[in-house]
Amino acid sequence: MNKHTENHVVPYSLYIYVLAGLLLLTMLSVGVTHIELANLTVFTAILLASIKSCLVLVFFMHLKFDNRILQILVTAVFILVALVLFITFLDYNYR
Amino acid sequence: MSDAIHLHRDDEASKLGMWLFIFTELLLFAGLFIVYGIYRYLNPVAFHLAAEELSVTVGTVNTIILLVSSATMAMASTAIRLKNKQLTILLLLATLFMAFMFMTNKYFEWKGKFEHGIFPGSEDLLRLGHGDTLFFGLYFFMTGLHALHIIVGFVLITIVCYRVNNNTLTNENPVLLDNSGLYWHLVDLIWIFLFPLFYLIT
Amino acid sequence: MSEHKHKSFREENGSYKGVFAWIFSTDHKRIGLLYLYAIVSFFLIGVLLGALMKLELMAPGKTVIDPATYNAIFTLHGVIMIFLVVVPGLPAVFGNFLLPIMIGAKDVAFPKLNLLSWWIYVFGAIIALSSLFMGGGPPDTGWTFYAPYAFKTNTNMLPAVLGAFILGFSSILTGINFIVTIHRLRAPGMTWFKMPLFPWTLYGTGWIQILATPIVGITLLMIVGERVLNIGFFDPALGGDPILYQHLFWIYSHPAVYIMILPAMGAISEIIPTFANKSIFGYKAIVISTLAIAFVGYFVWGHHMFTSGMSGTALYTFSLLTFLVAIPSAIKVFNWVGTLHKASIQLETPFFWAASFLFVFMIGGLSGLALGALATNVHLHDTAFVVAHFHFIVFGGVGFAFMGAIHYWFPKIWGRMYNSKLATSGWIIFFIGFCTLYLPMFFLGVTGMPRRYYDYVEKFHGPNIVSTIGSWVLILGLIIIIYNLIRSAYKGEKADKNPWGGRTLEWTVDSPPTLENFDEIPVVNRSPYDYRKNLES
Repeated sequence: MNKHTENHVVPYSLYIYVLAGLLLLTMLSVGVTHIELANLTVFTAILLASIKSCLVLVFFMHLKFDNRILQILVTAVFILVALVLFITFLDYNYR
Repeated sequence: MSDAIHLHRDDEASKLGMWLFIFTELLLFAGLFIVYGIYRYLNPVAFHLAAEELSVTVGTVNTIILLVSSATMAMASTAIRLKNKQLTILLLLATLFMAFMFMTNKYFEWKGKFEHGIFPGSEDLLRLGHGDTLFFGLYFFMTGLHALHIIVGFVLITIVCYRVNNNTLTNENPVLLDNSGLYWHLVDLIWIFLFPLFYLIT
Repeated sequence: MSEHKHKSFREENGSYKGVFAWIFSTDHKRIGLLYLYAIVSFFLIGVLLGALMKLELMAPGKTVIDPATYNAIFTLHGVIMIFLVVVPGLPAVFGNFLLPIMIGAKDVAFPKLNLLSWWIYVFGAIIALSSLFMGGGPPDTGWTFYAPYAFKTNTNMLPAVLGAFILGFSSILTGINFIVTIHRLRAPGMTWFKMPLFPWTLYGTGWIQILATPIVGITLLMIVGERVLNIGFFDPALGGDPILYQHLFWIYSHPAVYIMILPAMGAISEIIPTFANKSIFGYKAIVISTLAIAFVGYFVWGHHMFTSGMSGTALYTFSLLTFLVAIPSAIKVFNWVGTLHKASIQLETPFFWAASFLFVFMIGGLSGLALGALATNVHLHDTAFVVAHFHFIVFGGVGFAFMGAIHYWFPKIWGRMYNSKLATSGWIIFFIGFCTLYLPMFFLGVTGMPRRYYDYVEKFHGPNIVSTIGSWVLILGLIIIIYNLIRSAYKGEKADKNPWGGRTLEWTVDSPPTLENFDEIPVVNRSPYDYRKNLES
């Protein structure tokens, strides 16, 4: 297992690129608040945040280089949270 | 395989354990995000207006600080594997410095709110109405809990820094550094969602 | 070294002496027993509180305690029994003791963390119980700490809530430990589907502990924020929604029922094949139903809130999901009964507990369907029927499985046998007492007696007297069982490695096991319940 991680010493440059991407997305999400998107405001903000969090999970948190089980588990946890949120809203949305 | 695991340490197990802990942290904040979602749904206008009270500039600066600190922390993982002790320590110190900057900003932001009479249970806040009470209640509770995590991360990274300097944490056993990194990225991850929810959706 | 080898874990003290050799030990077996002693002590306190409630209900009007004390007692009974006894019960005691042995490991993945979680448990328990003795009196909200009671009451809510929060941490750490252990430390050759069923249920439980406990943690913290900072999350006067508290609370507390019952099902799945001398029927079906219960069980929390004023859509969804989660539970019951079919059954005490588990679990499960249906729920909500239902599941299910497990693994843990006749008579008295205590409550509930009431009208008198007498019979059975086990731990006959003829790995090691369980890590190349003859050859 040790070998496994040693084989994947992530080059510094990759982190720099990812950071640049994250900063760009941050600026973008601040920028779009000046545009009137009406109902889409919340959606855009959440979407951009989701993309950013994916970048953090995949590169900073090394999921890209980790084994399959971990990748599945992380995805499953996020799906679980989404389902709980969805079911809770079944109450509030239709009350 | 199993025999070897017991005689030697098992980095893969430590990492899995750390991830499971991160799941619990995610679910902890998920509970708060559910509360936020429901109350935003029930008080759309008040949340909208209350969010304008928060300074987008301060929020953006803090976001940038945290993202950069996450990158330096991730690079420290690479540096230790390349046996570059000096660079590792430098990157860790940079992370610590930015964590400190984040907390300083947070302090002044909270202080400003307190001076305007906005804090949980304050009379000014109650006068503003239900939506604002909930918005600022959630704001203080969620960013407060997040700040608590920053402090824990700060302590953790300080320990890592000390041990790297000590040569008790090297490229042979980088798992503590990696796990502290995972924790720090989690803190970052949560802020990535807190930032638009409190500062941007106005 | 060879002399060393045969020393059991009970004699091997390490660097500490006396009691410190136990409370600072990172050995999973000692930690399991530490949990056992703590949990049994709290259980006995809980039983006494329960008996006191039953005594009060023996006649209408005030008999022994006043209404405020009654409120405090049912709250404490709930807090102690749920957070201190049944949630950690089977996983922390038998999971810690047996999980590493059953999967062929020398310890759990993180032994120090394991000890830490016991300490956190004790710390949380002390904080929770300190609410009894501080000024203001013990909390009286019920163990659910519902808003707005939880921030309107003047009693000691904070220690109770913080205690529950800390206990949650202990539960999470145990869950993390078990999952990593199962992922990383299975013996060579033990593939996922060669793993015994008790570890499988601990795996499902571990996931629920990790993914559900944080939600109640944050909810309890919000209650603290509510009381200390007056934030208003759940206070209608400040714009909050009390129903949201119920949502968040049950997002954890319903899955918590599966934290309790899954390991119980696992223990039963170990006992039944051993005493049936037969491979378990439908191994994979049991595994998959375990995971299905863990997953679907996460989304049924709303059935605790059918009369709270939720939307119709939510009501239908939760009712449907509740019926769905009954299917995997029923699959397990069919599998156990299928295992017993045409088996040559060894009639020993653990088997009696397992068989009576099937009986009470069926009653508990079927009465649950009556509560899961929307129309009948309106009639039965918050009546004694609910109390009877969850005591049949939690006390009948988990309690009977715990008793079965302790009688099954007793020779392994203490290396001695107990008096079988005394144990069996303890069981039958306990079983009769149990049914006498809780069956009348179904009738009380259907005829309209509300739960958590200290007083009642004359027409409920008869069943209440029967129920109170049942509680005395149950306690008599309990005394016999505990006396027998304690006496046998010191004076029982020596047990050999495999007194029941079990096939799982724990029966291949010494009784009691040595510090490292195995001299050599075993290689597994057969299914866990292989009852073919001439296995050893």
